[in-house]
Amino acid sequence: MADAAASTKGDLHLTNLVKAFGDFRAVDDLTLLIPEGSFFALLGPSGCGKTTTLRMIAGLEEPTSGKIAIGNTDITYAKPYARPVNTVFQNYALFPHLTIFENVAFGLRRRGIKDVKEAVTKVLALVELGHLADRKPVQLSGGQQQRIAVARAIVNRPALLLLDEPLGALDLKLRRQMQIELKWIQTEVGLTFVHVTHDQEEAMTMADTIAVMNEGRIEQMGSPVELYESPRTVFVANFLGQSNLVKGKVEGSSGSDLQVSVHGNRIVVPSARNFAKDNSDKSVLIGIRPEKISIEHGEANTLGGGIITDISFVGVSTQFQIQMPWGQELSVFEQNDGGASHLQTGDTVSLSWKPEFTFALDGTADVEAGTSVNPDED
Amino acid sequence: MKRWLSKNLIKIYAFAAFVYLFIPIAYTMAFSFNNAGKSNLTWRGFTLKNWQNPCGAPEVCSALGNSLKIGFIATLIATALGTMIAFALGRHRFRGRSTVNLLIFLPMATPEIVLGASLLAMFLNLGINPGFWPTVIAHVMFCISFVVVTVKARIASLDPKLEEAAMDLYATEVETFRRVTLPLVMPGIFGAALLAFSLSFDDFIITNFNSGTLTTFPKFVYISSARGIPAQANVIGSSMFLIALAIVLVGQFVSSRKKRV
Repeated sequence: MADAAASTKGDLHLTNLVKAFGDFRAVDDLTLLIPEGSFFALLGPSGCGKTTTLRMIAGLEEPTSGKIAIGNTDITYAKPYARPVNTVFQNYALFPHLTIFENVAFGLRRRGIKDVKEAVTKVLALVELGHLADRKPVQLSGGQQQRIAVARAIVNRPALLLLDEPLGALDLKLRRQMQIELKWIQTEVGLTFVHVTHDQEEAMTMADTIAVMNEGRIEQMGSPVELYESPRTVFVANFLGQSNLVKGKVEGSSGSDLQVSVHGNRIVVPSARNFAKDNSDKSVLIGIRPEKISIEHGEANTLGGGIITDISFVGVSTQFQIQMPWGQELSVFEQNDGGASHLQTGDTVSLSWKPEFTFALDGTADVEAGTSVNPDED
Repeated sequence: MKRWLSKNLIKIYAFAAFVYLFIPIAYTMAFSFNNAGKSNLTWRGFTLKNWQNPCGAPEVCSALGNSLKIGFIATLIATALGTMIAFALGRHRFRGRSTVNLLIFLPMATPEIVLGASLLAMFLNLGINPGFWPTVIAHVMFCISFVVVTVKARIASLDPKLEEAAMDLYATEVETFRRVTLPLVMPGIFGAALLAFSLSFDDFIITNFNSGTLTTFPKFVYISSARGIPAQANVIGSSMFLIALAIVLVGQFVSSRKKRV
């Protein structure tokens, strides 16, 4: 974390923010600090409240209660045009009757800036579309429109740039390219970016910090690595990548490790990675990411007697579905470096992994949380 | 043969449909060049004298002037009022909105003859004599519905995100309306005004009830049909058609040029 005292000027503070539509609380008591200059992602499935949060920050939606402030300035009830915040809308919302130049100049002109030419030319050069200044938005491709939407917002040098699913309308290849480009632009202009998305890969590629939202609340917040390697809830474990979650019971602890019995096998979990609430029956969910497991390599944590039910080759890796003696199917991703090429469907195998990759979650939680949400839907 | 027919049937059909649509217009135009005597019913030779002197027939140009005046005033008022109603209906949720939506359609569905007669009865009961202004009021009334329907369709196709984007880019409510909403709805308003003008200019039934001794162009044509329509009426009819055509062509040209830039 940067020096807190030095960077508070442009930090975004959300304090106990609530947005209710009738009985439904779209955003439920949200408190969040987004440091100035960071690339922050709000990640979650559709209807988790991330877009509503964004619209409240933009001033397009009025909070039911709570406070929004940039630095020391309260902007909770300020009109959208009276706050130093600009938005890149989901379908860009470029003005169809204005040229690209006038689209980009729109915000500057409304603020009474007379000489807009230099600023507009500069920002169009930044997004490499200077040659299209005289065109109308309909004459541009999706990727070009997307860049103009970004240019139209950043030319105003807002304290905060909001991006509402900015890459949702682009095809996969273009999306990858724009992810890198957006990240580069953010570094270049040094503005605070708040990025709303349902695409976990997009969030992980671009953001410094991700807040995973579910049902109007933040499930977990942290760096992409932190969220991926140490998910603290079942929802996060399943929504960000895949996880194998197996029921177990805490038997005891030795040193800095926790001993857990999993269907008769002894599994070691570092105590520091035990995120379960301390409940009376000591039940936990043992979590391990599929790519951390190896088939037949004797590491300390081993589950035996699995039968391969499905093998799918996906280029860089091969994905195995393995049915365990207690009926549960676990996933294993093996690198295609020759080590697992002899395996066939029906083979009996042991799964093993290093204890430090294991994490433990609340045993009473729903194992399916975060899996059934379709990340491709809005 | 069968092959040829199946390939070209749609073209033949289209050609026939256009012939059917344009024969009356072609007939009107052709007879504007007729060296007509008292009546313009039979072809008596080509002449340009009707076009050289379109006001030659008695009263034809004063009737045209009345129609244009009524048309312009009614269009102006109906477009202004109708656009405001369309914005209210298209952009705001209020009690009785669906009822208003329905009521707006009623004047379009009511037979003109009934509207005309009722309006006359109302004016007389109010002690207002038929004439220029009662005709304008009547025209505004039946034009409003068409304006509302046309403008509302345009507003409905407008992405509300555009207005949000404008507000996000430091435009106040008034600026947003002036810089984004109005320019985008303008084609709809313009189309509605043209429609209102042509409806007003063309109207005979309601006008006949409410105009008293005032003669409008359709009324002039109707009255003179008893003793023979002068060829000047054809000249004026043809001119209206050509002016409308020119407006459409210029509009097409301008918008295609805009797209190419």
